[in-house]
Amino acid sequence: MKQVNQASNAILEIQDLKVQFAIKQKGGWPWTPPAQLKAVDGVSIKLYEGETLGVVGESGCGKSTFARAIIGLVKSCAGSIVWMGQDLTSHSESELRAVRQDIQMIFQDPLASLNPRMTVGDIIAEPLQTFFPQLSKTEVRAKVKLMMDKVGLLPNVINRYPHEFSGGQCQRIGIARALILEPKLVICDEPVSALDVSIQAQVVNLLKSLQKEMGLSLIFIAHDLSVVKHISDRVLVMYLGNEVELATSDELFSNPKHPYTHALMSAVPLPDPDKERNKTIALLPGDLPSPINPPSGCVFRTRCPQAQPQCSELKPQLTGDDSHQVACLLVE
Amino acid sequence: MKLLDVKDLEVQFATPEGSVVAVNKLNFSLDKGQTLGIVGESGSGKSQTAFALMGLLAKNGTISGSAKFEGQEVLNLPEKQLNNIRAEQIAMIFQDPMTSLNPYMKVGTQLMEVLIKHKGMSKQDAFNHSVRMLDAVKMPEAHKRMAMYPHEFSGGMRQRVMIAMALLCQPKLLIADEPTTALDVTVQAQIMSLLNELKDDFGTSIIMITHDLGVVAGICDSVLVMYAGRTMEYGSVRDIFYRPTHPYTQGLLKAIPRLDTEGEILPTIPGNPPNLLRLPVGCPFQQRCEFVTEQCQQSAPALAEFEAGRQRACFNPPAAIATVSGSEA
Repeated sequence: MKQVNQASNAILEIQDLKVQFAIKQKGGWPWTPPAQLKAVDGVSIKLYEGETLGVVGESGCGKSTFARAIIGLVKSCAGSIVWMGQDLTSHSESELRAVRQDIQMIFQDPLASLNPRMTVGDIIAEPLQTFFPQLSKTEVRAKVKLMMDKVGLLPNVINRYPHEFSGGQCQRIGIARALILEPKLVICDEPVSALDVSIQAQVVNLLKSLQKEMGLSLIFIAHDLSVVKHISDRVLVMYLGNEVELATSDELFSNPKHPYTHALMSAVPLPDPDKERNKTIALLPGDLPSPINPPSGCVFRTRCPQAQPQCSELKPQLTGDDSHQVACLLVE
Repeated sequence: MKLLDVKDLEVQFATPEGSVVAVNKLNFSLDKGQTLGIVGESGSGKSQTAFALMGLLAKNGTISGSAKFEGQEVLNLPEKQLNNIRAEQIAMIFQDPMTSLNPYMKVGTQLMEVLIKHKGMSKQDAFNHSVRMLDAVKMPEAHKRMAMYPHEFSGGMRQRVMIAMALLCQPKLLIADEPTTALDVTVQAQIMSLLNELKDDFGTSIIMITHDLGVVAGICDSVLVMYAGRTMEYGSVRDIFYRPTHPYTQGLLKAIPRLDTEGEILPTIPGNPPNLLRLPVGCPFQQRCEFVTEQCQQSAPALAEFEAGRQRACFNPPAAIATVSGSEA
């Protein structure tokens, strides 16, 4: 695993980020104030240059909302997002657009995120035309072809439409579109979960090699722990909008400290009949609590096998050194 | 007698662009109490195999071959006879539990309907039996849940309802089509351990259709690896995982990132799955295979037994490799 260069400056610093959605209450009066769904509830994290931060958690843990809040696709309601020294939360829409030249995103559903009425060439060229309108058509075309070559698309497909491609190739088009502006940070929201196993490996390798080549930082969101382990330098585990554990990838997977991380990891099926049948799974009882009305104190306490009375009173914060931080009152 | 014996099963679809062979000469059999895994990527024909057995193919699909369930042919049966077999003998659970439950009907009514139609039970008996079954799939407050609608359940709970519904008539065979793909890993672990328990309690045979090799490793006795509608390799779960001999199986096992091992670059299978409308002449895997020979481009290799209980379709099989660390090769 690549060593994270902690000395290098953080390019992105997020402090206590909160995102809430107003939910109209069932059976309420027109003047009843809407309930607040706490999608992201106080996440603080630093991202260093050239590193890959994996974000894992189950559906509804707020990992996608967290990513969308960074790029400004959903509005945060508290906290700060400092990108290269400027706070994005106070930016207007037009100021944000300028920042998006440096922060790009890759989405989960490769086909749905491409305009079906545009050719591959036009899709990949669009960001260039938006940010560099002075470029001539031939220059744009040349850049697009170069990019297509980098992501492994043959130059003869430039005039085809998205529906003519398989899922893996569509994801390559999405990657080319994100990288053509030479961004500094790429946020990948479940980029491989819609793909078949053999294609998934291709896309993961592609992202890794492009990262090395272009010096990208990646935020890699996925629910598949094995993929995250493979690609990340550091991993953030989220549960119900809260961060529960943050550690370097090696450290987290060899020595998970939070009971939730432990349960999550033991639940991943291993493609090995002997290991899979002999392992002990820490089954979590019950369902995910509602983020509209999260449990007091530690949000995981309702399903935690080790919960103590004090867990309902005090909300744990991430503590520990730079290589391993846990938010649990019971972990030293 | 085998519980299920499938011979030369072929499923074809007539499309405007020509006919597509989704399942090509599939052979397998299943004993009582056994679990068979069918693995493959999207478009490999694994779901269509299940749909063919249940008579659920789309209108443009045609079936040939034979599938004998306890000696009785189940392919191309008239709807009326099929309905006697469905639920009572063979039941199925689907990938997406929300779209396979009726959103307008209470879960209890949907469960009771099965018993009233198939077993002729009275409403009261059906209710009691349904509650017992919901208890068996570890649904908390089963009695209360009978009066709830599907949208009031979480994904994992809905899948439990589906499993309960499938097991109501105590079928001999359960076909599970990607039952945990739409679920989170922790929920998946719950459902898989539930299926493992039910399998032992009820002695049900299971056909587990999935693309997740981890799921297969956990529950299956034997595995069928499919690619482009054909069987590539068939064998016991230990043979497939520890001594895979088909280039595709090997590639697949190497390409999955694992929690239990380290590795920097993932070995990949180059290229994309073929378009079923324009399959190459010969072996469907030839364009992505590193062991390809001229023979592979001329004719498709037939599935042949090469060891007791193991079948493979390959002209130039590579040596068996140890794909999993820490196990015997």
